[in-house]
Amino acid sequence: MILPALNFPKKPADMNRRDFLKSGGAVATLALAPGVTLMAFGGQASAAADPGKRWGLLIDVNKCPSDCSACVSACKVENGWGNDKHAADHPEAAPQWIRKVSLTDKSTGREFALPVMCQHCENPPCVDVCPTNASFKRPDGIVLVDKHRCIGCRYCMMACPYKARSFVHEDVTDQKTHAPRGKGTVESCTLCVHRVDAGGAPACVEACNTTGNAAMLFGDLNDPDSEIAQALKAYPSVAIRDDLGLNPGVRYSNL
Amino acid sequence: MERTLYREIKATRQIVQLAVLLAAFIAAAALAVLYIEHHGHIVTGMNNQIVWGMPHVFAIFLIVAASGALNVASIASVFGQVPYKPLARLSGLLALALLAGGLAVLVLDLGRPDRLIVAMTTYNFSSVFAWNILLYNGFFVIVGAYLFVQMARSMPYGVIRTAGTIAFLWRLVLTTGTGSIFGWLVARQAYDAAVMAPLFVAMSFAIGLAVFLLVLGLITWLTERPLGEKLVARMGRLLGIFAGVVLYFTAVQHLTNLYAAEHSGIEAFILWEGGLYTNLFWFGQVLIGGLIPIALVFHPTGGAKPASAFVASALVVAGGFAQLYVIIIGGQAYPLEMFPGYQVTSGFSDGVVNAYSASYLEVLLGLGGVALALAITGVGMKVLRILPTNLSDANIGQD
Repeated sequence: MILPALNFPKKPADMNRRDFLKSGGAVATLALAPGVTLMAFGGQASAAADPGKRWGLLIDVNKCPSDCSACVSACKVENGWGNDKHAADHPEAAPQWIRKVSLTDKSTGREFALPVMCQHCENPPCVDVCPTNASFKRPDGIVLVDKHRCIGCRYCMMACPYKARSFVHEDVTDQKTHAPRGKGTVESCTLCVHRVDAGGAPACVEACNTTGNAAMLFGDLNDPDSEIAQALKAYPSVAIRDDLGLNPGVRYSNL
Repeated sequence: MERTLYREIKATRQIVQLAVLLAAFIAAAALAVLYIEHHGHIVTGMNNQIVWGMPHVFAIFLIVAASGALNVASIASVFGQVPYKPLARLSGLLALALLAGGLAVLVLDLGRPDRLIVAMTTYNFSSVFAWNILLYNGFFVIVGAYLFVQMARSMPYGVIRTAGTIAFLWRLVLTTGTGSIFGWLVARQAYDAAVMAPLFVAMSFAIGLAVFLLVLGLITWLTERPLGEKLVARMGRLLGIFAGVVLYFTAVQHLTNLYAAEHSGIEAFILWEGGLYTNLFWFGQVLIGGLIPIALVFHPTGGAKPASAFVASALVVAGGFAQLYVIIIGGQAYPLEMFPGYQVTSGFSDGVVNAYSASYLEVLLGLGGVALALAITGVGMKVLRILPTNLSDANIGQD
C-alpha cells in the first residue's frame, strides 16, 4: 500500500510522535533518560544525547587572566541568572553557575585564577544523593537538574565537592526558554546543553575565545581525534578533587 | 502493688492552657512557612553557602529524639526490664509524635514542599535520603503496630516482644540512616566519617531518653499522677551512661580526624578557632550536655533525687541541640577544601568561613515542630489509655 502523503514535506501538525522525536525538534531532550522530560532544553536541537560521547572541558589556567570574567558574564546572559532581585545585597544567597576562583600557592606565592562550574562528573555525588532522581546524568555525560522533579531539599548541594550548585532563593524573572529556573529548586551549569545539542559550544567557551584568551577547550572526550582529547593526551592535566574518584568531565592544565 | 491502670488524661485547665500555647506555636510556624514559601528562602538566614540551617537542626534533633524515645519501650519489651513496662506505651507514642514533628519541619523547609508526593512516589535507591524516607514511613507503621499490640486486650507477651524487637532493630537502622546522611557526604571535611552513624545512634539514646523524662515529668505533674523517685533516678543514671557514650563517640570522631593532617583545618575550626562553634562544642555539648549531667545523676547523694534527673535531661537536650548545631551549621561554615595548599578567594565565598544567623522564621518553624510533637503526644494521651494512673515506686514492679 502506497501512502503518497508520506513523500511530501510535513508540517508540524502532520508529524507523528516518532517523527517528532526523530527530528530532535522542539523538545530534543525528551529522550534524555527514561521517564525524564525537560521542558527546558528545547530549541532546534539537532540530536539527542549520544551515549557514545562524553562532553568535557579543558581549561588552561595559564591562559586565564585573573582580571577576566568573560565566561561568567556570558553564562549569565546565556542562561539568565545573576540579576535576581537580591543578588547584589545577598551575594551569598545568589545563584552562581560559574565563578572565577583566585588561588595563591601558600608555599610559593604563585597567583592565578580559574573558572569553576559544574564539573560534570562521571560519578556525580549530586546524582547519587538526590532522593527523587531530579539530579541526573545524560548518556553523554552532562549532569542536569530536572526542575520539575526537584523538591528543593538541597542534599545535592551538600554532596557537591565543587560548590557548583545553587538554590534559587527568590522569584526569578526574564527566564530564558532554554534554561528555565524556579524558586525553590536547585540549578547549576548545564554545559549549555541547548547549544551542545544544536551542535554548538557552551557560551563560556565562546566568550573565552572572543577575548582572544582561548583558555577553554570544549569537545568530546571519547573521540580520540577531537582537539580536546588530543590536548589531554599531549599535555598534563588535573581534575579538582581528583582524590574523590569522580572522574569529572572538566579538566585543568597548568594548575 | 495494684494492677497498672492506664487512663486517658483529663482536660484540666492547665492542660487546656498548655494545648492553647502549643496551638499558638503551631499556628506561628504555619504562618512562617507560608511567608517563606511566598517570598522564597531569601527571607531566611540560609543561603547558597549554609544550605541547611536552623530548621534542619530542629528537624534532625526531633528525628534523633524520636528513635531514642522508643528506648524506654525497648528496655521493657526487648530486654524485659519490668520497671519500664508501664512506660512503654508513652514511649511508643512519644516516638511517633517526635518523628512527625521532625518530619514536618524537614518537609516544610523544602524549596518545593508542594512536591512531597514526588518524594513519596519516586525513589532513587542510591540516595541515603530516599532510604530515610522509607525508614521513617516504616517507623510509623512498625511503632504504630507495636503500640497497638501493647494496648490490645489479652495480647500474648511473645507478640509484644516480637513487635518490640522489630521496632528496636528498625530504630537502630533508622538512626544509622540519619547519621549516614552526613557520614556519606564525601565532599565535606566535617562529615565523611563512618563514626557519624554510631555517633547519631548514641545521641538518639541520650536525647530521646532526656526528652522522654522531661515529658513524663511534665505530664505526671500536670495530671497529679504519682511518679516514683527511684524510677526517675534509675532513668537518670541510664541517661548519664548514654551521655557518656555520646562523649566517647565524639572523642573518637575528633581524635581520628586530628591524627590526619588533611583534617587539621576543620578540627582547628571546631575545637579552638571557630568562635561560636567552638564555644558550643566545649561549653554546650561537652560541658552542659555531657559532663554536668553525668556528674548530676551519678552524684553520691544528689543523684538519687528526681530533680537531678530532670535537670540532667534538660541539659542533655540543650547539649544535644548544641551538638547538632555544630555538626550541621559548623560543618558547612567551614569552607570546602577544593584546592589544598592554596589560599582561595572568589565572589562566591570560596575560602572563607561562611556566616549564618538564623532568622526568626526558621526558629518559629523549628519550635512549631516541637510544639506539634508535644501536641500529638498530648492528644494521644487524651484519647488513648497511654499514661498509667500510678507510677509510684511502690507500684512499679521490680526486676
